[in-house]
Amino acid sequence: MYNRVSQKDIEALTSFLSPDRVITGDNISHDYSHDELGGISQMPEVLVKAGSTEEISKVMRYASENKIPVVVRGSGTGLVGASVALHGGIMLETVGMNKILELDEENLTVTVQPGVLLMELAAFCEEHDFLYPPDPGEKSATIGGNISTNAGGMRAVKYGVTRDYVRGLTAVLPSGKIMHLGGKTVKNSSGYSLKDLIVGSEGTLAVITEAVLKLVPLPKITVSLLIPYDSIEKAIGTVPKLIKSRASLTAIEFMEQGTILFSEEYLGKNFPDKKSPAYLILTVDGNDKKVVEDEIDKVASLCIENGAKDALIVDTDERKTSVWSARGAFLEAIKASTTEMDECDVVVPRNKVAEFVLYTHEVSKELGVRIPSFGHAGDGNLHVYVCRDDLCDAEWNEKLEKAFELLYKKARELCGLVSGEHGIGYAKKDFLREDYGEGQLELMRGIKKAFDPDNILNPDKIF
Amino acid sequence: MNIIVCVKQVPGTNKVAVDPVTGVLIRDGVDSKINPYDLFALEEGFALAEKYGGQVKTLSMGPPMAKEALKETIYMGASEAVLLSDRKFGGADVAATSCALSLGVGKMGEYDLIICGKQTTDGDTAQVGPELAEKLGIEHIANVTEILECDGKTVTVVCDLDKVHQTARLSLPCLITVEKDANTPRLPSYNRKKSMNCDELIKVYSVADIPEADEKKLGLSGSPTQVERIFPPEKNTDRTMLEGSANELSDSLYALLKERKFV
Repeated sequence: MYNRVSQKDIEALTSFLSPDRVITGDNISHDYSHDELGGISQMPEVLVKAGSTEEISKVMRYASENKIPVVVRGSGTGLVGASVALHGGIMLETVGMNKILELDEENLTVTVQPGVLLMELAAFCEEHDFLYPPDPGEKSATIGGNISTNAGGMRAVKYGVTRDYVRGLTAVLPSGKIMHLGGKTVKNSSGYSLKDLIVGSEGTLAVITEAVLKLVPLPKITVSLLIPYDSIEKAIGTVPKLIKSRASLTAIEFMEQGTILFSEEYLGKNFPDKKSPAYLILTVDGNDKKVVEDEIDKVASLCIENGAKDALIVDTDERKTSVWSARGAFLEAIKASTTEMDECDVVVPRNKVAEFVLYTHEVSKELGVRIPSFGHAGDGNLHVYVCRDDLCDAEWNEKLEKAFELLYKKARELCGLVSGEHGIGYAKKDFLREDYGEGQLELMRGIKKAFDPDNILNPDKIF
Repeated sequence: MNIIVCVKQVPGTNKVAVDPVTGVLIRDGVDSKINPYDLFALEEGFALAEKYGGQVKTLSMGPPMAKEALKETIYMGASEAVLLSDRKFGGADVAATSCALSLGVGKMGEYDLIICGKQTTDGDTAQVGPELAEKLGIEHIANVTEILECDGKTVTVVCDLDKVHQTARLSLPCLITVEKDANTPRLPSYNRKKSMNCDELIKVYSVADIPEADEKKLGLSGSPTQVERIFPPEKNTDRTMLEGSANELSDSLYALLKERKFV
């Protein structure tokens, strides 16, 4: 079906890029065979470290003409195997394209290459009194990867997700053609939004080589509350009330004591409060101190009226770091607490979050397997981890399969979707098929064919 | 156990500008917060009071707005606080500050232990704690990373002396200054904010309220150190960007370092 990479192909690639950026055989680190969690591993035949749009165009044209599959990779922090080279071929790494090209203060945009890390972008924007609102936990992910999965993060409640901040893209089609989609304009009713098709396409339609991102002015004041509850039911039960109260919240996160303890162990740092079984973290931002204080007052009292034990105030840089750095490390911390795990990144309507989380507890009890969870209670996106611990192969496979079957079935019942922000990649294809059915997948295949008629770009992902 | 924790209100950000003409910090519109080092001191105090029983009182010297910092200590767990606030305390160096604080301690009744942060983020001298102990004539030790035990007569602590850790036992009453990251400070409680009557719990004293105060030892006139000029450090934003492959980059970086005599 696909051609293997030959010596002739290596020579051709080397003629497009400097030889030290074309890596083959044993010189390719094992890291390039997998992502953080996808449960699938395959080495690419050649690793190409791209340096420019033009180089990528040449590589894609060559791969197209010679029917060699190409998989694009950023930092490799994905969780569903989307950046694994299932068919070998070329792995196109874009982390070297990591320049912030332009800050346009008149249009409130920043133009970046795809390899810029989220933490670098956040720091750059803050330094210039701007905010790039999407705030996924994994700060060492590249912006290219974030766009490819339409990453969400912790500020989605107020600000939305990555897609809402992508104004324009430069993308290379599998044929090698360079496309400039969207731009710096605020509005765009000019035909199909191809840019929006590429956002969230998990590297299956085109290679993103530049992005124009929308910024907002940096809010002058940000205050969070860490809110302890004596049960997870009470904690998450407050969320629909908070949303209904029309409080202007930037983030509503939930977490359980166990996850906090894993995080403490993983980071070697204590969390400011861990006495209670469950917590919410709420954030309010704004420019007027009084307005922010009033909002904090309102939500703190609402939570306490609804069973919270207290509301702890997180208002200085030091306090924010002590709370949010732990929150950002939850995934890694749970991973370090077990031998193996798999995750379920479902999203359900916001008023169904409590029901779903409580259901994960039932499944955990029923199957005798540990299922810690945390997530974005305010936008309905949950991160649920099925942990292997001491289970033998057969037990693990059986329990994992059963757990996923039950969890995704429940999500469907609640009108939820397979993935809120981590994507489908390789690992969640079956669940997407069950969710969407043939009709939607057929449309997706048609779109894929229009972009990539030879099916060389990240084949066999999503559907 | 009666514990006094000294705190200072400092600018809320490290981006405070200095007026280039007057050399004064531009505080207008800049939020304030408790000196981050003092949060570790407070947490050590609260943890000790929880373990051995007793209470934590807090002490500060500053303008009237410093009351906000003391309120926050009450939201965190302090039972009461004292603020020394008077123009006559103003402009104090470390010696005059310690002198004022020692008068404040005198207003706070019996105590077993005084805890200070190691230093402040705006002054960075790390001298006020030890000087306060000297003024009070009590034992003291700095850079404490851990309090091992307290038996009612002594306190045993570990302190970081850069290359070695020292375990020391001090007789009570004594003063310790706490190292950064010695613990994870607790957060202020909204419940306490709503329920505690801070106006009653925080006593504000002027120089006139302290009969034993000697004005010659306080404020600017009591400060042997005179600040001649405050100026922001020169900012140098010159950057050289090197481009090329890893090999080219290492070659050009080495050449650059050699040229500037760093290697």
